[in-house]
Amino acid sequence: MKNRALFAYAFAYLAFLYVPVLVLPVFSFNNSEFIAFPLSGFTTRWYAGLASDTAMQHALGNSLKVGLVTALLSTMLGLTAAKAVTHYRLKGAGAALGFISLPLFIPDIVLGISLLLLLGALGLPLSLAAVVLGHMLVCVPFSLTVLIARFEGFDRNLEEASADLGENGWMTFWRVTFPLMLPGIVASLLLTFITSFDEFLVAYFLSGTEATLPIYIWGQLRFPERLPMVLALGAIILTVSVGLVVLAEYVRNLGVKKPMVGA
Amino acid sequence: MSFLSISQVSKSFGGLPAVDCVSLDVPRGEFFSLLGPSGCGKTTLLRMIAGFETPDSGAIAIDGETMNSVPPHLRPTNMVFQSYAIFPHLNVFDNIAYGLRKLKLPKDALRTRIEAMLATVRLEGLGMRAAGQLSGGQRQRVALARALVREPKILLLDEPLGALDKRLREAMQLELRALQRKVGITFVLVTHDQEEALSLSDRVAVMEKGKILQVASPRALYERPVSRAVADFIGEINFFHATVRAIDGETATVNAGLLGIITLPRANLAPGIKMDDHILLAIRPEHVGFADRGVAGDIAAATFLGERSHFHVRIAGRSDPVAVSGNAPLTGPVHLVFPPERLMGLPSDG
Repeated sequence: MKNRALFAYAFAYLAFLYVPVLVLPVFSFNNSEFIAFPLSGFTTRWYAGLASDTAMQHALGNSLKVGLVTALLSTMLGLTAAKAVTHYRLKGAGAALGFISLPLFIPDIVLGISLLLLLGALGLPLSLAAVVLGHMLVCVPFSLTVLIARFEGFDRNLEEASADLGENGWMTFWRVTFPLMLPGIVASLLLTFITSFDEFLVAYFLSGTEATLPIYIWGQLRFPERLPMVLALGAIILTVSVGLVVLAEYVRNLGVKKPMVGA
Repeated sequence: MSFLSISQVSKSFGGLPAVDCVSLDVPRGEFFSLLGPSGCGKTTLLRMIAGFETPDSGAIAIDGETMNSVPPHLRPTNMVFQSYAIFPHLNVFDNIAYGLRKLKLPKDALRTRIEAMLATVRLEGLGMRAAGQLSGGQRQRVALARALVREPKILLLDEPLGALDKRLREAMQLELRALQRKVGITFVLVTHDQEEALSLSDRVAVMEKGKILQVASPRALYERPVSRAVADFIGEINFFHATVRAIDGETATVNAGLLGIITLPRANLAPGIKMDDHILLAIRPEHVGFADRGVAGDIAAATFLGERSHFHVRIAGRSDPVAVSGNAPLTGPVHLVFPPERLMGLPSDG
């Protein structure tokens, strides 16, 4: 009896989490411009429509560019910061970590407006580059968290052993540190990419005339007849995002199973 | 200048001296050990030889070349780490080949060299084994092979047997000693295990609080310690207070209270001991004898150990029991004799 109640609770909880998300793919295949039950037949025309929507493709391109650059830069910064914090006893390391993580707790809308004002005050143009900078504020803390966790299991003797065996700092990084950190680096790249790709508010304020995909979707909502196409796009993004997250977790766990220490 | 020359090297961490003005000379091909309790500075000294720490003052030279400004990756030393530091993402072969990249050996030559090294450390056929699948003893051998394959001038070993269980450790001690004889490379070993240091080394430096107390062969350390600290650290020993009454020619006469007036060879006195000095007479448990007459005592505790047993004998006028190793009934009154030639005179302040 108790088990059954628990089971029902778990089921309701999962339904609460995922039914709204499932609405997207369901209606994206529905042969009607109106988003309402009952469903009126299967179609792939909304997906076909996407293929010929050049504005959407341009926005997608912008989002991919911003996401890739943000992911690479954030992970590079996260990697160096994580190595510094875990390898050396630094004065003020705790405070530095706190300040790096702070943007996570600032509402994105506040972050977006402040960056907009700052750019204006400095006389810098709104652009995709500005969006990258804004996204990095949000992404570096994620990258740092993932990479610090990875570095904490790292035996420092391994780097000393490499030096002892004749390799300088740079070659030690490539032959020991990088391969052992690779799962963490890949996880960080995927996580920061998705964070940037999905981000709306900061991009909305900073992108100027170059729309990213979330901004494009927001613009489409004004045209009811285009809504099913937005749903189709959303379904595709959802599928890819879930795929990437699953991949990131899989890669991260790949490394964890192997012993990280030399002992 | 000797092969490894350490002169007046000091190093402190946050104002606390870890190594305090240490000088040492190690000839080529020697098996040398740094022995001391944890925190005595022995590992810091080893890491300074490897280049992982920089001396605050003093100089380290290897084969006539000053090492002070040479970074670790350019030094002619290799190290076996306490944790072994086997690269977890490489197999045994690649771990051993790691330090040979710069030689740019052709594939066949590299393979031959690694196979020969695998044979030397008795890991034949395990080249393709992943690092994660090695036992403790195998990891230790891979760490040794990886360091030795570079043919260093000096091999540094940081408590290399500490992580192994007792039986494996004893087997590896014999092997390590044989290996050192075979390759002829100078070994510098750090250990807190006095048995290990005594059984492996040609010479041992006993360290305490950043200073070297004595450098000598294992036998000399055991039979001729220069201070109470060394005598105490190397094996079990009994101490008796005494005063020097006469020193003449080849003998010295001391008043040892409970033990009476004793005349012992002058060579048994530590250097620097003079007339009227208060000294400590030290004697190993196995050198104290049971006899029909002598210092009377009672056996307070006895441990049967086979051929010889270990006793604690209480004697009148002394709070600490005397440790004796020998053959006697395990209970009852006994008489102890202290052969003068086995008594060592040490400064009482040391």
